[in-house]
Amino acid sequence: MVVGVVFLPLLGAFVVGMLALLQRGNGEAAGHGHGHGHGHEGGHGHGHEKSRTDSLAQVLSCGALLLSMLLAILVFFDVVGGGNAHTVELMTWIDSGLFEVSWALKVDTLSAVMMVVVTVVSAMVHVYSVGYMHHDTSIPRFMAYLNLFTFFMLMLVTADNLVQMFFGWEGVGLASYLLIGFWYDRPSANAAAIKAFLVNRVGDFGFTLGLFGTFVLFDSVQFDTIFAAAPAHADARIHLFSADFHALTIISLLLFVGAMGKSAQLGLHTWLPDAMEGPTPVSALIHAATMVTAGVFMVARLSPLFEQSDTALAVVTLIGASTAVFAATVGCVQNDIKRVIAYSTCSQLGYMFFACGVSAYSAGIFHLMTHAFFKALLFLGAGSVIHAMSDEQDMRKMGGIWRMVPVTYVLMWIGSLALAGIWPFAGYFSKDIVLESAFAAGTGVGQIAFWAGLGAAFLTAFYSWRLLLMTFHGTPRGDEVVMARVHESPVVMLAPMAVLAVGAVAAGYVGYESFVGHDLAHFWGSAIQVLPAHPTLENAHHVPGWVKLAPLVVGISGIALAYVLYSAAPQIPALLAARFRGLYQFLLNKWYFDELYDAVFVRPAFRLGRSLWKGGDGAVIDGVGPDGIAAATVRIARDAGRLQSGYIFHYAFAMLIGIVVLVSWYLFIGGR
Amino acid sequence: MRDLPILTLVTFLPLVGVAFILSVRGDPLMVARNARNVALLASVTTFLVSLGLWFGFDPAGADFQFVEKAAWMPALGLSYHMGVDGISVLFVLLSTVLIPVCILASWESITVRVKEYMIAFLVMETMLVGTFCALDLFLFYVFFEGVLIPMFLIIGVWGGPRRVYSAFKFFLFTLAGSVLMLLALLMMYLEAGTADIPTLMTHDFRPELQVWLWLALFAAFAVKLPMWPVHTWLPDAHVEAPTAGSVILAGVLLKYGGYGFLRFSLPMLPDASVMFTPLVYSMSVIAVIYTSLVALAQEDMKKLIAYSSVAHMAYVTVGAFSMNVHGIEGSLLQMLSHGVVSAALFLIVGVVYDRIHSRDIATYGGLVHRMPLYAAVFMLFMLASVGLPGTSGFIGEFLVLVGAFQANSWVALLTAIGMILGAAYMLYLYRRVIFGMLTKDALKKITDLTPREIAVFAPLVVLVVWMGVYPDSFLSIMHASVEQLVDRLAAAQADVALSPLALR
Repeated sequence: MVVGVVFLPLLGAFVVGMLALLQRGNGEAAGHGHGHGHGHEGGHGHGHEKSRTDSLAQVLSCGALLLSMLLAILVFFDVVGGGNAHTVELMTWIDSGLFEVSWALKVDTLSAVMMVVVTVVSAMVHVYSVGYMHHDTSIPRFMAYLNLFTFFMLMLVTADNLVQMFFGWEGVGLASYLLIGFWYDRPSANAAAIKAFLVNRVGDFGFTLGLFGTFVLFDSVQFDTIFAAAPAHADARIHLFSADFHALTIISLLLFVGAMGKSAQLGLHTWLPDAMEGPTPVSALIHAATMVTAGVFMVARLSPLFEQSDTALAVVTLIGASTAVFAATVGCVQNDIKRVIAYSTCSQLGYMFFACGVSAYSAGIFHLMTHAFFKALLFLGAGSVIHAMSDEQDMRKMGGIWRMVPVTYVLMWIGSLALAGIWPFAGYFSKDIVLESAFAAGTGVGQIAFWAGLGAAFLTAFYSWRLLLMTFHGTPRGDEVVMARVHESPVVMLAPMAVLAVGAVAAGYVGYESFVGHDLAHFWGSAIQVLPAHPTLENAHHVPGWVKLAPLVVGISGIALAYVLYSAAPQIPALLAARFRGLYQFLLNKWYFDELYDAVFVRPAFRLGRSLWKGGDGAVIDGVGPDGIAAATVRIARDAGRLQSGYIFHYAFAMLIGIVVLVSWYLFIGGR
Repeated sequence: MRDLPILTLVTFLPLVGVAFILSVRGDPLMVARNARNVALLASVTTFLVSLGLWFGFDPAGADFQFVEKAAWMPALGLSYHMGVDGISVLFVLLSTVLIPVCILASWESITVRVKEYMIAFLVMETMLVGTFCALDLFLFYVFFEGVLIPMFLIIGVWGGPRRVYSAFKFFLFTLAGSVLMLLALLMMYLEAGTADIPTLMTHDFRPELQVWLWLALFAAFAVKLPMWPVHTWLPDAHVEAPTAGSVILAGVLLKYGGYGFLRFSLPMLPDASVMFTPLVYSMSVIAVIYTSLVALAQEDMKKLIAYSSVAHMAYVTVGAFSMNVHGIEGSLLQMLSHGVVSAALFLIVGVVYDRIHSRDIATYGGLVHRMPLYAAVFMLFMLASVGLPGTSGFIGEFLVLVGAFQANSWVALLTAIGMILGAAYMLYLYRRVIFGMLTKDALKKITDLTPREIAVFAPLVVLVVWMGVYPDSFLSIMHASVEQLVDRLAAAQADVALSPLALR
C-alpha cells in the first residue's frame, strides 16, 4: 500500500512527462507543416491535439495523486488505528564496505502524518492547477513536475536512513528549482530558481557532513540502528576539523544546517521570498505546505539524536525564535501579496523549530500540519485574487474587490483567522501549544522563544489583516481595464480551497488530543522519542492562565492595529514610513541580506574565478610551464641554429672541443 | 567459454576493422560510407564480445581473471600477459561502450579524411583496452603511450583553429610525465627482476627507493588525470578536439591517471603513497575549489566542462588516497560516472556545435523553445554532473566523501565545497544556454535531436540512471579487489607510522 502511495506520483510524473515531450515534439512538426504551406488544417489539428494532450495530462496526474491520497489515508489509519508501524525494504542501494543503505519505506506515525499532509495538499493543488494554469502553454510539463515533486517529498518522509532522506531532500530541491523556473522566459524566474538551488546546497553541505559524522560515530546511517545506539553514545566525543567535540552536538548541528537551508531559517532564508517567481500553486504546495517543512520533519525524525544534546536544542530554539520575529517584521512592510505570505511562512517555520528545540516535537509537527492547511489555503486564495486581477500581485494596486470575489474573500478570512490563531480555528490550537511549550520548558532560551513568539504572533495578526484590508477593502486602486475583468474563480479552483478550508477550521480541534493532548503517547508510539528529563509538553498543559490567554490577546490587538492603520486612518502608514525612514527601508529591503551575500559571496566568487583563470592558469602555470619552456626551447634552438653556420672550421672546432671534454672526462674517471 | 582468449579478442578486434577499412578502395564518398559502417560494426562487435567479461567475471575473486600469458621476449623476462580484476574490468567496458558512441556521434560531423578518422578511433580502442588489460610493465607502457598517437592526430588533424598549439601542448605535457614513468618502470624491472605486474603488486620495494619511484610515476599520472597545477593542457585540448575526441579524452584517457594510482602507486609503492598522501590531498583540494571557480568564469562551453572535469577528477585522487574501501570504491565509481557524464556533456555541446558552429555560451539562449528533448537530456546530465542523488554522479562523490571524512575530516569538508560550486557553474551554464527567450536569429531554425543523436545518448542515459539507482551491479564487482588493496595499504600505514623516514 505504501509503495503505491510513494510510487504512483512517480509513475504519473513519468507518463505525463513523456506526454509533455511528445506534445512539444508535435508542436515542432506542426510548426514545420505550417511553414511548408499545409496551412490552416495543420495548425488546427495541432491545437486540437494540444488540448487533448493537456486534458489527458491533467486527468492522469490528478488521478495518480488522488489515488495516492486515498492510499495514504488508509495507511494512516492502519498505522495509528491498527498500530501497524513497519518498514518495507525495496532493494539494496549502496553497499560499500561498512556503508550499507537500502531503498526502503519506513511507515510509522510521523511518516504517516506527513504522507497524509503531503498527499492531501498536493492533490488539492493538482486539482486547483487545472483551473489556475488553464491558459498556460506547458500544462503537461507543469503537471509532471508537480507529480515528480510529490514523489520526492514522499521518499523524504518515508526514508528509513539518512541517505534516502537526502535523496528526497535533494529531489524536492530539484523539483522546486524546476517549478520556480517554470516560466523560463523570465530572467527573474531563472535567477530565483538558481538561487533556491544554491542556497539549499549550502544547507546540504552541512547535511552531508552531519551524515558522514553519523556514519563515523555509529558505523551506520540507518535510523533504527542509530536511534537504538544514541543513548549509549550520549557522552561520546568525536575528533573533527582539528578539534574535539561532543559527538551528538556537532552531528546534530551539522544536520540542522541542512534543515535551516530547506526550511528557510535566518541566514539561509533568502531564497524563499524569491521563490515566489514560480506559479502560485507551486508556492502553496512546495514553499508553504510541504517542502519547506522538511527541516522541521528532519529534526522531529531525528529526535533521539537531538535529545542527547542540550546545546543543539538551544541552537534550534534560538534560530527558530529569531526567524519567527525577523520574518514577521519584514512581512509587515512588503507590498507583493505573495511575498507577505512567503515571509509569514518563514516566520511560522520558526515557531515549529523552537517547538522542536524545547523538546515539544509533536507540537512542532502539530503546527506543521495545521499550517499546511491554512497556509496552502492562503496561497491558493492569493492565487485566486491574482487570477482575478489579471496577474497583478502588488497589493497597492488592489482593493475594493471583495464583493466581486466573495467566495475567495471568505476563504481568505478563514485562512487568516487560522494563521492569526483565533479560536476556534486550527492555528489557535497549534500556536498556543507551541507557545505554552516554550514557556513551560523552564529554560532561558525557552523564555526567549516564548516572548519572541508572542511578539511574532502580534505581527502575524497585523500583517494578515493588512493583507486582507489592502487586497479586498478600501477604494479600488486597479486600473479600469483590470477592474472590469475581476471575476470569481471557477469551481475547479474553489473546491480544493474549500477542502483546505475545512482543514484550516477543524484540524486543530480534531487533532489536539492525539497530537499533543492525552492520547499523545499512544498516537506517536516510538516515532518521536523525548528524554524523561524534558517533560515540556506535559508541563505545557499546566502553565499559568495568562500564558494561555496571551496569544489570543496579542492576536486580536494585531488585528485591531491593522484595522486602525489600513481602514480607519489610512494616512498613518505613510506618515510612519516617512517618520521612521531608516527603519522602514531596512525592513523593506529585508535587512539587506541579499546585498550582503551578493557582496561577500557571489561577486567575489566570479571575480576570483576570473583572476585564477587569467592569472593562475594563464600567466603563472602556462607562462612558466609549457609556454615558458617552449619559448626557452625556441631561444635555445635559435642559438643552436646559429652554430650551424656551414663553415667547416666551425664544425672542426666544435669537434675538437668535444674531444677535449671527452678525453679529460675519461682521464678524470680513469685517474681515480 | 573460459578458454576463449577474450581479452585478446576485445583488444584486437578493432584492428580487424582497421584492416577492412584499409582495403576499401574507390570513389571517396563510397569509401567514407564504408569506413563509417565498418568502424561502427567493428566497435559494436567489440562491445558485444566485451560483454562476456561482464557476465563471466567472478566478483568473489580478488585476483586477475581471464588471464592469458605467452612468452614475448623470454630472454628479458617479458611476456604477453593480459588479465583483468575488479579494478580494471569496468574500464575495459567503459572503453568499449564509448567507442561506438563516438563513431555514431561523428557520423555526419566528420566529412574530411573519414577513413583515416575511423582508423584512428579503432586503433585508439585497441590501445585503451590494452592499457587496462596489460599485466606486463612494458606491454602496459606500449599501450599507455601508444594511445597518444591516435589522440594527437585526432586533435591535430580534425581539430579546431588552434589545433596545432593544443596538440603539441597535450603531447608535451603527457610526454614529460611519460619519460619519468618509463624511467620508473625500468628501475622497478631492474630492482625486482620481473616485469610481471601481479608479482610487482606484492613486491616490497625499499622505502627509500619507493619515494623516487613514486614521484616519477606521480608525474605521469598527475598529468594524465589531470591534477592541479598540470591541468592546463586539458581545456586547450578539449576546445580544439573534435567532439568525439573530447569524449574519449574526458571519458577514458583521464582515467589513466586514476587507474595508474590504483594499479601502480598504491599497491606497488604503499609506503611512499602513505607518505605522500598529504601532498595528494592538498593538490586535490586546491583543484576542486580552484577549477570550480575558474569554471564559473568561462565563456566557452567546452572549456567550462573541461574545467569541471578537473574538479571531478580531483575527487578521484581524494578517494583513492583515503585508503579505505569507501573512498577507493567511490573513486572507481566516480571515474566510471565521470566517464559517462563528461562524455555525454561533450556530446551535448557537439549537438549544438554541429548546427551553429560556435562554442560560445553567449551565442545561445532559449534553446528549450526549439529543442525540448535536447533540453531534457542536457538537464539529466547536468544534474548527474552536479551529483544529484539518483544519478551516477552522486554515488561516486558521496562514497569518496565518506571515505575522505573517515581519513581526514578537513579534506572532506573542503572537497565538499565542490558540491556547492559545481552546482553553481552547471546551473549557470544551463540557464544561459537553454532558458530565456529565443531571440537570436541564428537559433530560430535550430532543430531538436535527430534519431541518430537519440541513439547516441540513449545508452548513456541508461548508464547514468542505472549507476545512480542500483550501483550495486558495479560496486559488487569491485569489492574483492579493493579489499585486497586496502589490506595492503593498512599494513603500509602501520609501517610508516613506525618508520623514522616519514616525511609527514
